[in-house]
Amino acid sequence: MNDFITQGGYAGYVWPAYAITALALSALAAWALSAYRKAKAELARIESKEGRPS
Amino acid sequence: MTGKPVHIFELANPKRFMDVSAPVVPWLAAATTVTITLGLILAFNTPPDYQQGDTVRIMFIHVPTAWTAMMAYGLMALASVVSLVNRHPLADVAAKAAAPLGAVFTALGLITGSLWGRPMWGAWWVWDGRLTSFLLLLLLYLGYIALSDAFSDETRAARVCAILAIVGAVNLPIIEFSVQWWTTLHQGESILRRGGPAISPVFLWPLFLMAIGFTLLFLLLWLIRIRTAVLKRRTWNLMLRATT
Repeated sequence: MNDFITQGGYAGYVWPAYAITALALSALAAWALSAYRKAKAELARIESKEGRPS
Repeated sequence: MTGKPVHIFELANPKRFMDVSAPVVPWLAAATTVTITLGLILAFNTPPDYQQGDTVRIMFIHVPTAWTAMMAYGLMALASVVSLVNRHPLADVAAKAAAPLGAVFTALGLITGSLWGRPMWGAWWVWDGRLTSFLLLLLLYLGYIALSDAFSDETRAARVCAILAIVGAVNLPIIEFSVQWWTTLHQGESILRRGGPAISPVFLWPLFLMAIGFTLLFLLLWLIRIRTAVLKRRTWNLMLRATT
């Protein structure tokens, strides 16, 4: 367990590499997904205003 | 979905594309999650490398992010060729949707490489062929994004962006062969090389899984972003119709 945390003395390089990658890719996924949901809701709103089913 | 097989060019129709791609998204998301999870489990259960120690674990994200960044550019350039030659709006949408994703993967390739270079080479950065051409990849992505926002005329923007993407694709083989052409600290080809991989299978498996996982993640987010753009376009058309 201790080896896992210290990464053989390279914890200062290994963990930031993984943390930055995880953060950036999660943020990217969240951004893409929220834009998709927003676009979907917006289209639904316009379509209901037009009074026609899609 | 109908039971009929779908011809590739039928997908170019936005309506057809939306129908066919909708059921793909959840499966792609599941495959991405499983592959990356397995990759991470293996990545932290391999023994330390006899020379590089535990920094070898950075390879499992560095190589896959860099590879995905290059593949994304290749796909963006390919979509740009279709956009330019066939003048198809969905190809333009696809190229544009890939750019920010590719830029993030490129930045991650540079950052993780730097965090690996510091303990192994003693330098965060060196101006050699591989690192410089990879930095150029990031600048190409950023230039493409800036350019796509710079025109009010969408057709013109699509054309200029497509040309930039295609010309920039020259950089891909430069990145690939940079380690053979110029002296470098970066290690040479160790996976796809003559005589088989120069890496032990213990390291090859997590590397392989993470590469597949990041590729799937890119394809998933790309698909979601293309779908978003199609929905936005549909909204726009409805709004235009309402005002006229």
